[in-house]
Amino acid sequence: MIELRDVKKAFNQGQHNEVWALSGISLGIEAKRVTALRGPSGSGKTTLLTLIGCLARPTSGRVTLHGRDISGLPERFLTEIRRKTFGFVFQQFNLVKGLSAIENVMLPAYPTGRPHRELAQRAEALLERLRLAHRRDARAEWLSGGEQQRVAIARALINDPEVLVADEPTANLDTALAKEFMAILESFGAEGRTVILTSHDPLVTESAVVGRLVDMRDGLLVEHHE
Amino acid sequence: MKSWIEKQRHLIDFTLSSLLRRRGRNLGLLVVYSLLVFVLASAMLYSHALRREAAVILEGAPEVVLQRLVAGRHDLIPPGYIDKIGQMRGVQDIRGRLWGYYYDSVVKANYTFMVPADGSVAKGALVVGPALARQRGLEANTGVSFRAYSGELRSFIIADVLPQASEIASADLILINEDDFRAFFNYPAGHYTDVALTVANAKEVRNVANKLSKLLPDSRPILREEMQRTYASLFDWREGIMLALLSAAILAFAILAWEKASGLSADEKREIGILKAIGWETGDVIRMKLWEGGLISLTAFLLGFVAAYVHVFKFGAPLFAPVLKGWAVLYPRFDLVPVIDGLQVATLFFFTVFPYMAAVLVPIWRAAVTDPDAVMRS
Amino acid sequence: MIFQPAIIALLLASAVSVAMLFVAAPFALQIIRHWDIRSGSERQLQLERRTYLFSTLAVFVMATQLLSLLLFVFNADKMSEMFVGAMCAVGALNVNAYGFPALIAQMTVFFLAAGWLAVNYVDTRAPDYPLVRIKYAALLVLLPAVAAVLWLQLEYFLNLRADVITSCCGSLFSEDTKSLTGDMAALSPIPAMIGFYVALGLAFATAAFHAQTRRGGYAVAATSIVAFVAALTGIIAFVSLYIYEHPHHHCPFCILKPEYDWQGYWLYVPLFAATACGIGAGAVQPFRRVESLREVIPQVSARLAAIAAAGFLIFAAVATVFVTRSNLILIE
Repeated sequence: MIELRDVKKAFNQGQHNEVWALSGISLGIEAKRVTALRGPSGSGKTTLLTLIGCLARPTSGRVTLHGRDISGLPERFLTEIRRKTFGFVFQQFNLVKGLSAIENVMLPAYPTGRPHRELAQRAEALLERLRLAHRRDARAEWLSGGEQQRVAIARALINDPEVLVADEPTANLDTALAKEFMAILESFGAEGRTVILTSHDPLVTESAVVGRLVDMRDGLLVEHHE
Repeated sequence: MKSWIEKQRHLIDFTLSSLLRRRGRNLGLLVVYSLLVFVLASAMLYSHALRREAAVILEGAPEVVLQRLVAGRHDLIPPGYIDKIGQMRGVQDIRGRLWGYYYDSVVKANYTFMVPADGSVAKGALVVGPALARQRGLEANTGVSFRAYSGELRSFIIADVLPQASEIASADLILINEDDFRAFFNYPAGHYTDVALTVANAKEVRNVANKLSKLLPDSRPILREEMQRTYASLFDWREGIMLALLSAAILAFAILAWEKASGLSADEKREIGILKAIGWETGDVIRMKLWEGGLISLTAFLLGFVAAYVHVFKFGAPLFAPVLKGWAVLYPRFDLVPVIDGLQVATLFFFTVFPYMAAVLVPIWRAAVTDPDAVMRS
Repeated sequence: MIFQPAIIALLLASAVSVAMLFVAAPFALQIIRHWDIRSGSERQLQLERRTYLFSTLAVFVMATQLLSLLLFVFNADKMSEMFVGAMCAVGALNVNAYGFPALIAQMTVFFLAAGWLAVNYVDTRAPDYPLVRIKYAALLVLLPAVAAVLWLQLEYFLNLRADVITSCCGSLFSEDTKSLTGDMAALSPIPAMIGFYVALGLAFATAAFHAQTRRGGYAVAATSIVAFVAALTGIIAFVSLYIYEHPHHHCPFCILKPEYDWQGYWLYVPLFAATACGIGAGAVQPFRRVESLREVIPQVSARLAAIAAAGFLIFAAVATVFVTRSNLILIE
């Protein structure tokens, strides 16, 4: 579904502190599978995730989604594709403080202009599914770590994306909560949802849910496990 | 179209809640903004009301007033002068007027004594202006005495107090009988202060004035329309000076707005980063921020304008009156007729909302172009 | 120079518009030189981000021009009392040779900006931004136009002398004046009405036809401009007479006054909106064969044409209502 061909990404290009986070990656990602990117910090796995998830454009190389070249698309169009195709769960959860759980869930759908009532219903259903219905009006900063993550997952699903993208989902959770997350992940795997995540937590990478493991080091792929 | 409206609704909703979440920060700006609108609107409403007041007065004035000059100074109209003008085409009515100033040492103010054209004031009686009546505690049927130019004290009975309607000119006015006037001021018989001419056709006024200055070379005709123009530009000029002085304040405000808009707190930066990451587009963020600016502007504009309206029309503009009025010794108490003028509101808008929006445009854009992946890199 | 708040406000608005575009100009040049949509380099990303700033600036300048157009007319009307012989905006604008040119320049800038925004809109609908260079070159053309407005306004306001005897709408728009505006007023009502309704009908028909069939895009712009001129002529020649109920008062500005219940806005708002949309529909036509815009342009121009058609229709209807409701009888 997603193909990367010789993708490179540089930061601070042309300046003395130029860094090449990715130095040539070719990779295909299949739909309806859980794919994990594994590597030490600084290996470029998060950068790779941002390119896959249309958050950023590669400095060179091609990225195709369903056969369509998206590497040269301006941000305006990239955002549209991203909104429809990808839902994000960040390492720090990144909820907006001061807003209630349900408002946070609805936030990504605001620019789509879907009617408010429809949005609220969908958000309630998602919170219900993630066993958070009782916390719907609680402000983001009053939620526990596990609750915050589940709100973040609900938020990622509000636009009903094809792919769920998660960056280090268990890094800020204790073992019990991490196991809870794995249970949610398993349910997605069972539904046949496409999930792409980065992690160096063995709990995640060695789990049976993960269908494919991609190892990275210094901005390059190491080897393929099938 | 429907989804466009829905989208704007979402953006406004979000903007409102984010404004309320940062109440403290935004309140400061709102106060300064409203204050600026208040000051400017007060100055404008006040001078506009004065301008109108003057226009109302001049409405009733004669089209042409003829003064006699001696060595360039205003002098009395000698007997026979009016007859010399005689019949003139276009002139409906010619009338000698009697009026003069009187300094009252009791309240240290100047009054205007005037003989009404219709001779409606009886001998020994006076009709006084409202400000004067207030100052000296006069009402109908009370007595008052003034020291005449001959030195003796003369007593009068107050027949009536003039209505409040247009105070600015009648505030210090005293209407008096002609014989009393001449006796009080030792005014030479047959002389007049000036001559009022009524001209029916507005297009004839200039011709009449030309003929008059040819016929009586020692005279000076004063046209009503010239007076109107003079007053209008006088008030415009005062208003302009006031604004020029306040332009420093406008500039300071624009700089403040720029600062506020570009100095986003870490919290706000993070929030915009999150929005971008979860699927908001740069344009969406710009639109949201423009709504924010619009809402702040609208609130400040309304608050400031309403406050200025109350300040000017309910309390008589105590903060600006001394600067903008300054043409009468006896200050009239102000019950100005409330007038709002489209041009003024539009001008005020340009002086307040326009600089604000112009100042925040670039900072808004700068905030909105945050990289969508920024939240993941930190 | 007459020192007046509204004048200062107008000059301020124009000066800020010019300053904004002037500061933006070097960046526009950078875009023209270095734009490369295929590249993922940081410079390209920077340039793309800048495009957001420019379209926001252009919208801002256009909104400013529209508002200051209103303020300009308002102000001219108010200033009229300071000039001998001036009774409304026309007189005040005639005090020197710069009044009407300033007004016309401002309208021109407004319509130019409308065209630019239409091109900008379609361009941002295509993923490869095919018109970027053309667009930013055009933005550089907008700069001298806005500067011209500022210059004309400055000349106009600096050369105001309160003692000048000016002619007012009575003489400028009266039948015996030998001038273009005089000719507009001298048109006897029947030919003026025929011209008015034919031009508006044509503009409406062309726009409606384009909205339906998506053909004849240039014609929409052309008929819109013609209809705009014909509409102004019609207002001067007969619509205003019916509003004032006075057979010789030909003023296009007095109808904006409260004395006439602001009836002018009902005419001018749809007229300006319709003309702007019509011009927009025409402005995008040269690019309809650009590969990535093949789909976008017909859609957008059809929508713009539909708005234009509706605007002209409303304008004509409102004018007709004013005429029929009036007590004045021009045509037996």
